Amino acid sequence: MSTAEHAAGHHVHRDDEGARLGMWLFLFTELLLFGGMFIIYSVYRYVHQAEFHLAAKELNTLFGTFNTIILLTSSLTMALSIAAIQKDKKALSVFMQLITILFAAFFMVNKYFEWSAKIHHGIYPGSDELLMKSNGEILFFGLYYIMTGLHGLHVIIGVAVIAYMTVGTVKGKINSGSFVRLEAAGLYWHLVDIIWIFLFPLFYLIT
Amino acid sequence: MTQDHHNHETQHNHPGYGIYFLVWFALLVLTGITVTVAGIDFGNLTVATALTVACIKSYLVLTIFMHLKVENPVFKVFVWVALFFLIVSLVLLFTDYSFI
Repeated sequence: MSTAEHAAGHHVHRDDEGARLGMWLFLFTELLLFGGMFIIYSVYRYVHQAEFHLAAKELNTLFGTFNTIILLTSSLTMALSIAAIQKDKKALSVFMQLITILFAAFFMVNKYFEWSAKIHHGIYPGSDELLMKSNGEILFFGLYYIMTGLHGLHVIIGVAVIAYMTVGTVKGKINSGSFVRLEAAGLYWHLVDIIWIFLFPLFYLIT
Repeated sequence: MTQDHHNHETQHNHPGYGIYFLVWFALLVLTGITVTVAGIDFGNLTVATALTVACIKSYLVLTIFMHLKVENPVFKVFVWVALFFLIVSLVLLFTDYSFI
């Protein structure tokens, strides 16, 4: 598939395009997983508009904005790491992957403080404080915890996958002639970014 | 087919770094816009603006970061089909809930 491979004259049986298409098919299942939740969100928000607005006031827009910037930047460094390996710049690619992991860690630390503050204020699923609120507010916080929680789980899985690719890049298994695994990890990471692009305005910006 | 494929690989193997920085900058500007607009009360238009901006941001990530622009066109068809069925589910559900 790659030019390096053609130049070497080897005939390796490999289909990078097929591998990428396979990754995209997996991403569509992720789209349905999160898509279903976004649909639930839209129906409940439609039914409980005032309560959703009231509940969203509890969320810290600054935290959300900060995490958006972190995640967008981590997507940039992920894309750069692939561009670097394509140009045979191994060290730069490894560096960019490590920066991506670092940004993901920042994101999770922020999330930890954000959730801690909420839980400290007695707002968590099933808490007495939350159960005293209206149905719409209970639904909002239920969706908030499950959707940002599932997204956070994806960030953690993404970190594990990228870390595995970093080891592969260092060892030379991922190189300028064969980097489809890094591309697949990148696709996953960008999907996590896209999900956040929608979560952010729907939860943090409806006040 | 072979010629097409060759062109595709050539493009795919030599993207500059610049375009990624440009897209990143655009994403940050769009985030700024969406946060600013959220502070102003446009009523229902506020949600519409937020979702429009989110769609533009996603489009940029899909085409540039996720390489759909230089990928085989069949990838785009797949993505549109997946989105189509998601939108169908949403619309069908709202045909029920709009009457509540």
